[in-house]
Amino acid sequence: MGLFFLVPLGLVFAISFASRGTYGGVVWELTSANYLDLLHPLYGKILGQSLWYATITTVICFALGFPLAYVIARSPARWQPIFLLLVMLPFWTNFLVRTYAWMILLRHDGLINRSLMALGIVDSPLDLLYRPTAVVIGLVYGYLPFMVLPLYVAVERLDPLLVDAAWDLYASRWAVFTRVVLPLTKPGIIGGCILVFIPSIGSFITPDLLGGARSMMIGNLIQHEYLVVRDWPLGSAVSFVLMAIVMAAVLLYYKTASRSDGRLEAR
Amino acid sequence: MSLRLSRLTLWCVCLAALALCLPACGPSAGGDHPSSRPVLHYFTWSDYVGPEIIQEFERREQVKVVIDTFSSNEELLAKLQSGATGYDVAVPSDFMVAIMIQQGLLNELDPQDLPNAALIEPHLQALPFDPERRYSVPYLWGTVGIGYDSAVIPAAPDSWSILWDPRFQGRISMLNDQREVFGAVLRSMGQSMNSTDRPVIEAAKERLLRQKPLVKTYTSDHYDQLLASGEVVLAHGWGGPMARAMAERPSIRYVVPKEGATVWADCLVVLRTAPQKRLALRFINFLMEPEIAARTSERLRFASASRPARELVSASTRDNPAIYPPVDQLDRLEWMKDVGRAIRLYDRAWTELKMR
Repeated sequence: MGLFFLVPLGLVFAISFASRGTYGGVVWELTSANYLDLLHPLYGKILGQSLWYATITTVICFALGFPLAYVIARSPARWQPIFLLLVMLPFWTNFLVRTYAWMILLRHDGLINRSLMALGIVDSPLDLLYRPTAVVIGLVYGYLPFMVLPLYVAVERLDPLLVDAAWDLYASRWAVFTRVVLPLTKPGIIGGCILVFIPSIGSFITPDLLGGARSMMIGNLIQHEYLVVRDWPLGSAVSFVLMAIVMAAVLLYYKTASRSDGRLEAR
Repeated sequence: MSLRLSRLTLWCVCLAALALCLPACGPSAGGDHPSSRPVLHYFTWSDYVGPEIIQEFERREQVKVVIDTFSSNEELLAKLQSGATGYDVAVPSDFMVAIMIQQGLLNELDPQDLPNAALIEPHLQALPFDPERRYSVPYLWGTVGIGYDSAVIPAAPDSWSILWDPRFQGRISMLNDQREVFGAVLRSMGQSMNSTDRPVIEAAKERLLRQKPLVKTYTSDHYDQLLASGEVVLAHGWGGPMARAMAERPSIRYVVPKEGATVWADCLVVLRTAPQKRLALRFINFLMEPEIAARTSERLRFASASRPARELVSASTRDNPAIYPPVDQLDRLEWMKDVGRAIRLYDRAWTELKMR
């Protein structure tokens, strides 16, 4: 099983030190030029922008996903499977098709603009599509279920008596949330955030279709190098840098999370 | 326990027997099985052939045609380079034919087997990437230009400079293709679209950066819908989709700017690894049959390379400049070439354009 992951990964790593042949393809001349090329500030900017999009997406997914997961976990037991099914339902349709559906919704003559105009809220259609906002909408829509499911599991495990106890001890609404609910659902929150953050940072369909390909995320860069320029070595180098950064971020997150856990227990 | 174990063993034996049977009764891709019909594997662009045309060939030759599709020349090349075999006929574009010849992926064609391929348009008979047509037969061809809405822009724009006109801010779409976008700008600067000169490419990038605030989207696959719905009034793109937009919105027109533009041709080739080389040649000859070629042209809204097909298509197709480029435009058109390592110059400039 490990071979399944390690062999392709090792191949990508090896290719990232090779050079591009004149007609594309891989020439096995050992070089670090691909990584040195990535030092250009342009690539830092792409990475920064991708991190920004992924962070916003994760925050919004949490803000929307937490109340949703809470409501589902606290609803009558016989309704819960139905609610969860509704959360997962979009996965039965291809992501590309759903992204196209958003394009139709956000267009000038799309449902949203037509409704707004019919209601007299706006006079001329809003430019919704091909904007950074549209990219964030698409990412939040696409990855929200990844946030809701682990949060649901976490909230379901949270003993309601503990929350009642906090109320009985005259904790404020905010204190109940930050000192009882949040710490107890932390594993679900971390899991959900990681599951949303990682695919968002590497996405390339959403920025192309909903963002109008007016800017690039790191996923677009990798796709572009592999499929358009046929520069596999540079594409592999970008993939590896991205992987290293994501891994570092996750490790850092786990470390700080476990450290603050310790502090909480000491109190 | 022993019963369960023996039952398990039985299952294992059954599975093993099945596994042994499978290769024997599986589809014989080579068509070497005497009783089964020969199979031709055709590797082409998605939605690039009419199913009824394929059925006609299958009936006529008593064979089966299996179609597999790709969405870009690069995908085609990557698949073949990574060792995919079993394909007989493929449809690479001009510059990719050059690369495939260079890489030794193509089989030489025998003109005696291809009488219909001799009937192609005079200007397509000696193309720079395969001047003697030893490896490829031009199949469909066309230009890249500007589609515009004549209800909004009554005077036909004859120059690429219309795409820099601030009046149309946010109503312009450009192809999401670095070579084509740079090609358009380079031509507007009076340069070759195959320039490998760093300062020239830099200057082109500056022009594109000035244009970016006006561009609504960079897209290569739905600009026909954007034009037809009125979301954009100027679109940079291939003629065929423009012709589709015209069918939905009659005020759409198409021009090839006076500074010149890309001409392209998708070509039929036989792969070196083709299992069915003779059948492949018959298939190419069939697709180039004037009547079949004309039907293909009507359906896909691209010009057929077949000279007699031009006479067979409807007048509305023949006279549509988005489908059949007028002959007097030919001298301002340029073929896209692979620029080798200079691709990194274009690539860096394109990435900078996107990130500004």
